[in-house]
Amino acid sequence: MKMLLVLPVLIPFFTAILLLFTLRWRYTQYFISTLGSVSLLVSSIQLLLYVRHEGIQVIQIGNWVAPFGISLVGDLLSVIMVLLTAIVGLAVNIYSIMAIDLKRQAYGYFPLFNLLLMGVCGAFMTGDIFNLYVWFEVMLMSSFVLMILGGERAQMEGAVNYVTINLIASALFLTGLGILYGQTGTLNMADLAYKLRVDNQGELIASSAMLFLIAFGIKAAVFPLFFWLPASYHTPPAAVSALFAGLLTKVGVYALLRSFTLFFVHDAEFMHMLILIIAALTMITGVLGAASQFEFRRILSFHIISQIGYMIMGLGIFTPLAIAGSVFYIIHHIIVKTNLFLVSGIVHRLKGSYDLKKLGGVYKSHPFLSLLFVIPAFSLAGIPPLSGFWAKFILIKAGLDMQNYWIVVVALIVSILTLYSMTKIWNEVFWKKAPDSKNTIPVPRKRALAIYICPVCVLALLTVIIGLAVEPVFVLAQQTAEQLLNPTQYIIAVLGASQ
Amino acid sequence: MESLLAILIGMMYAAGIYSILRRSIVKLVIGLVLLSQATNLLIFTSGGLTRATAPIVPPGESIPPVVHADPLPQALILTAIVISFAVLAFMLVLVHRAYQTVGTDDLDKMKGRNS
Repeated sequence: MKMLLVLPVLIPFFTAILLLFTLRWRYTQYFISTLGSVSLLVSSIQLLLYVRHEGIQVIQIGNWVAPFGISLVGDLLSVIMVLLTAIVGLAVNIYSIMAIDLKRQAYGYFPLFNLLLMGVCGAFMTGDIFNLYVWFEVMLMSSFVLMILGGERAQMEGAVNYVTINLIASALFLTGLGILYGQTGTLNMADLAYKLRVDNQGELIASSAMLFLIAFGIKAAVFPLFFWLPASYHTPPAAVSALFAGLLTKVGVYALLRSFTLFFVHDAEFMHMLILIIAALTMITGVLGAASQFEFRRILSFHIISQIGYMIMGLGIFTPLAIAGSVFYIIHHIIVKTNLFLVSGIVHRLKGSYDLKKLGGVYKSHPFLSLLFVIPAFSLAGIPPLSGFWAKFILIKAGLDMQNYWIVVVALIVSILTLYSMTKIWNEVFWKKAPDSKNTIPVPRKRALAIYICPVCVLALLTVIIGLAVEPVFVLAQQTAEQLLNPTQYIIAVLGASQ
Repeated sequence: MESLLAILIGMMYAAGIYSILRRSIVKLVIGLVLLSQATNLLIFTSGGLTRATAPIVPPGESIPPVVHADPLPQALILTAIVISFAVLAFMLVLVHRAYQTVGTDDLDKMKGRNS
């Protein structure tokens, strides 16, 4: 059963290799890639059930004993993230079959897609801080190529931004890591957690923590470090944007959650206050940025930023309920955000534009699609009984319990402004009369449209299910929070009880 | 020796960041290279500079000699160098293509179409 821990990395890896060998045959590519995504999904569901039942699972790669080798660790947070990756992976994979043009497919879209999934899963599973850096690079490298695949002008301009800022983030991460290693002499996260708790930490640990905060903050796109995101996420095809929007920034959030619950726990009061302030500013700037935009995907990109604020907010409040809220928010957000980007891609396919001013009348021509937009959009804004309402409810409850009233007020205002943005999209794209322009876009065939709509349907259904059957998901999030706040389990699972 | 290296690393970071902030896209690449090399040196230095023996276990014993050089920072740097080499190769191609597509090497002009 321990093999399950390796599968999230191995399945996309082998799928990518097979895909590289079969680049010439289109339908074989579809088949292999979908098969890979389905098996990733199945194995990650099994992994979640296994870890939930048996507790934290560890595998030592190459049988090197814990602090010396690289450990893969599956605790609840990791396996939940892997499961979400698999869900998004499968949805975007099916969507890409129709949505990615043949030229991009011929230049290796599907292998890159799978390598990206491998990088993301690896980053979630690893228990070694340097290994995390390596997975970040695997993930970034594939995302770079996915971003420029096609070579349009806007893509190039966006990619220069994206690549530069990510390389700077990697350099900062590596710097922090070097300092941390110099101070503690270990790279294993559990060992770090143990050593930093037992020893009195050196002064440089604080600078290392700050470098980590900035590096992961850039990747997660938090307040002063987010400018690369709205400059680049709207440039590649919608399927790629959806994948990036759903997963990449969340890897940064995951890394923040992991490092600031597991080993950077000293000077907690200052750290949490700082994180809370960052969270508030992230929420506000993100949502205000969205309000001023008139491009479908740029609005959604700015909303990613404001939503990241909510996830960080849970980390800043730092109670079991708040961390559970963050985890719940990540679960809700990944599904919803991917879905919204996928819908924007369908609208673009039908009407040939992302510009709100040129769009209109989609409700009249495609009422079902409009319904599929409304579900994730309302969920994002936090309308009950959809998943976003519960996610926000838990976080706000946690804020009220800790009497952090100002952050609660900010969260509520941002939520209303989110609703404003979503109604803006609804009015402009779906409700208003189509502007008088000749629609020269060829109408897609029914079967093609079905492939577009199917993943969107499933994701929307998931949103509704999470909203209606909130308790099991909430209990899972709570258990995750308990694990995160009691790192002893994690440390014992990795290092053994002897320590 | 440590303080000398520390000053060198600091200067490399400064030069790297300065180059990144320049408008020319080629200087951006040079800045990134400097930054990643400075990071490698930093890992090397923070691992501890010692005049010690190689971490090889002598025959017949089970642990290496008491004073031995830590091999791990070098392994880390090696990995980081390989990664940054690949990234640099990619970055150079990207910069070249961006120059061909956009027709300028001025980063300020590249932003124009984005907003």
